[in-house]
Amino acid sequence: MTVPLIEFNQVFKHFGDNAVLKGVDLSIYQGQVTAIIGKSGIGKSVLLKHIIGLLEPDAGEILFQGKAISTMTAAERKAVKMKFSYMFQGTALFDSMSVYENVALPLKEKGRIPFREIESRVRDKLAQLDLVGIEDKYPSQLSGGMKKRVAMARALVTDPEIVLFDEPTTGLDPIRKNAAHAMIAEYQKTFGFTGVMVSHEIPDVFYISQRIAMLDQGRIVFQGSCEEIQNSTEPVIRQFIRGQNPESIKAAPSER
Amino acid sequence: MAQSITITNMLAGLGRMAISPVQELGRVAIFFFRGAIHLFSLPLQADKIIDQVYFIGMKSVFVICLTGAFTGMVLGLQGYYTLVKFGSEGLLGAAVALSLIREMGPVLAAIMVVARAGSAMAAEIGIMRISEQIDALETMDINPVRFLFSPRLGAALISFPFLTAIFDVVGIIGGYVTGSLLLGINSGLYFSRVESSVLMEDINGGFAKSFCFAAIVATICCFQGYTTHLRKEGFGAKGVSLSTTSAVVLSCVMILVADYVLTSFLL
Repeated sequence: MTVPLIEFNQVFKHFGDNAVLKGVDLSIYQGQVTAIIGKSGIGKSVLLKHIIGLLEPDAGEILFQGKAISTMTAAERKAVKMKFSYMFQGTALFDSMSVYENVALPLKEKGRIPFREIESRVRDKLAQLDLVGIEDKYPSQLSGGMKKRVAMARALVTDPEIVLFDEPTTGLDPIRKNAAHAMIAEYQKTFGFTGVMVSHEIPDVFYISQRIAMLDQGRIVFQGSCEEIQNSTEPVIRQFIRGQNPESIKAAPSER
Repeated sequence: MAQSITITNMLAGLGRMAISPVQELGRVAIFFFRGAIHLFSLPLQADKIIDQVYFIGMKSVFVICLTGAFTGMVLGLQGYYTLVKFGSEGLLGAAVALSLIREMGPVLAAIMVVARAGSAMAAEIGIMRISEQIDALETMDINPVRFLFSPRLGAALISFPFLTAIFDVVGIIGGYVTGSLLLGINSGLYFSRVESSVLMEDINGGFAKSFCFAAIVATICCFQGYTTHLRKEGFGAKGVSLSTTSAVVLSCVMILVADYVLTSFLL
């Protein structure tokens, strides 16, 4: 059986009295896009931040290629981190830098890439995301959708092996949302990166993801293929993917 | 039983109050050493240091000249009316120069830089913290302490002695304006007293102070901004405002405390 690239093993996380993750078990496989779905405020971004080490679990383990990250040496952790890229929900663009500087920063800070190569890679990425002509603008001068695309360009400019997307298309118009989804799918096919994407875009995520995991009440209540989740008979899953309010379903028979 | 629990709680509270500042001091010290080490880690961040020298140093020159001039002029006035009582107004040049070079130049220049650049450092880094920009650096495998703090520390260490020197020179000229041009002390006498009374060790002492103040100001201001998200009293914009206020107040207090300690060693 294939060893998962990233594996959550009974991961717990509390913030004060608020238990966000209550024993998460999750497997993410190499070369696949795994979408994490679930209600707003349920802890999907918290889960994603655990993968890249921005948050540490209170209990449980996160394994990378079968090895617990907590037992890795500093050099091993650094090597793992180099494989990742992260696109933040709130974009986290550097507001004192121009669009070009934002996208070029991860390449410039490596210190080994020639200036011309940096320029060509940044311009390519900006062109692919329909961002030509705004290189000298600052994030505060951009619309929400443009900021999202700049953040995506910054996440993909290093050609990472694993990309974590935190709601990459929220706030985009339908045309650009489809373009962004198509780009993620195309990139994934071309470069074969492993993607983990937190998203509410149902059913769009079913077309670009190979695996779906659903987080509910601090636990993963489903993980499997897109077909499996669409055929699931679990009420919680069915209600969520169909956008039905559980209260209205309960109330419906008595209203008739 | 209840009484013993109350006493235990009181003692625990007292312990927490004592331990908390020590822990905070430890965190600041670790932050400083990490920043200082990364100042020399390769590749050197010369371009970022130059940018910060422009921001901390160059952009402070005007305010330093202004405050230096008026400080020197006040010293000239006060010094003249004090010395004239003893018939020693000829010593005004020495009094103004020594006060400025040994004490007032390094302290007031540092406090002015805190007000102009230190508060900006705390606010900028604080906003970066609450808007996840520092987290973004970490995800890009960019060390935030190296990227944000080290260039500011390096730039402060370069800028502070220069700003102190400018403050001293402008202040001595300010003393000359009030002492000689307005109150009539012989200008040759004023400058000859400056030359004869100021020793190299006075100047070195002033520069040693300005180096220490640079490290204190850069460390406290950047640390306050960097730890904005850990504030329990306020989050978001409120947290940034509290960080900026703390940065300015703590820096000014620590400058004066360090000034006393350094002066007692230097004298």
